[in-house]
Amino acid sequence: MAKKKESTLINMLVALFVITAVSGGVLGLVYSLTKDSIAKVELDKTQRAIDSVLVTDKPIAKYEERVIENLTYNLAYDDQDQLIGAAIKTYSNAGFNGKVELMVGILADGTINKVSVLSQNETPGLGANMDKPKFKNQFKGKNPASYKLFVKKDQGDVDAITAATISSRAFTEALRLAYDGFMANKAEFMNNTPIEDETPVEEEVPVEENNEMEGGQDNE
Amino acid sequence: MKWKEDKTMSNNLKTFTKGLIKENPILVLLLGCCPTLATTTSAINGMSMGLATTFVLVLSNVFISLLKGFIPDKVRIPCFIVVIASFVTVVQLLMQAFVPDIYATLGLFIPLIVVNCIVLGRAEAFASKNPVWPSLLDGLGMGLGFTLALTLLGCIREFLGCGSVFGLPILPETANILVFILPPGAFICLGFVIAIVNKLKKESH
Repeated sequence: MAKKKESTLINMLVALFVITAVSGGVLGLVYSLTKDSIAKVELDKTQRAIDSVLVTDKPIAKYEERVIENLTYNLAYDDQDQLIGAAIKTYSNAGFNGKVELMVGILADGTINKVSVLSQNETPGLGANMDKPKFKNQFKGKNPASYKLFVKKDQGDVDAITAATISSRAFTEALRLAYDGFMANKAEFMNNTPIEDETPVEEEVPVEENNEMEGGQDNE
Repeated sequence: MKWKEDKTMSNNLKTFTKGLIKENPILVLLLGCCPTLATTTSAINGMSMGLATTFVLVLSNVFISLLKGFIPDKVRIPCFIVVIASFVTVVQLLMQAFVPDIYATLGLFIPLIVVNCIVLGRAEAFASKNPVWPSLLDGLGMGLGFTLALTLLGCIREFLGCGSVFGLPILPETANILVFILPPGAFICLGFVIAIVNKLKKESH
């Protein structure tokens, strides 16, 4: 058996330094090797979800991405620049185990087309069944103008998942968020004029400055 | 000379097989129960977690055995943890890049392999005192024993809770006993499996 190094200060420093430095190098290497694949996997996943929730008989000529108030709208237009619908990446923080992220396809008239679950940490066999067709297909073709996006326990029209009311509530909350956002911005989406793009930036800048000033005062 | 070789051969074999049943990390040593209870909601989850841990265990055992002459005693724990944590991050990045579906379900538990007592336990108890080859076998045996236990638990819980095994439906939905895929079911299953293993071990003596 190889004899141990004495636990002198210099030996300990050298051992720790060398091991951490080599580990750091290896991790950097693996990270740079896998970075592209990881980004591609994420992108593929998002694109697949966008495509799947906007499947209709109308062919999509182009997509346009818009971010308004934390929601990402992937607007789909046909070849005459008419809005077909939007794949909206929406979320709810009210899940049984935290955040639930959905991709919702809403057609130009406000009808829900399809829903795809992007990420969730709900209980397997209970809340995780939100990804099963039995639950998520009930929204297909429903227009929230006449269809109440609340579970039946809350006087809505949605059949909750058995023994997972909390997860079902989170799901409907995310759908409401997407629908309300879509309806609020629909006129703008229809005209396909991205003038508004700059406005949120202008709004955000003063807010950030205020925060910094407040933060500075607090520290003092 | 011949005799000596035979002896090392059988010793190596013993090093490898002891992790499978006799010193199974979960069912006998009761090390690393946190990921066991948390990830065995289905057979595939349990098996993936087991295999990811095996990978880390083998590599960290090999490297710690190689580095044992270089690491002074007083800083051995931080050194072991840096080595283990590096391999865990490597596994995490690789899974994220190449098996994103499994990563999505296990994501949270992969970083927890760092603090899994089996990995540090084997590094401290075995790899830091033995040559590379037996350390590798020890890591492999322990890892496979861990995988075996996790897959078994995953199968039982998935069968009782969801009526399926490895995603294949066997029982109708009405026969599901939901408690088995919730945390209490994990404790109940683990308890029964340990009891059965203990009984079998006693009888074989």
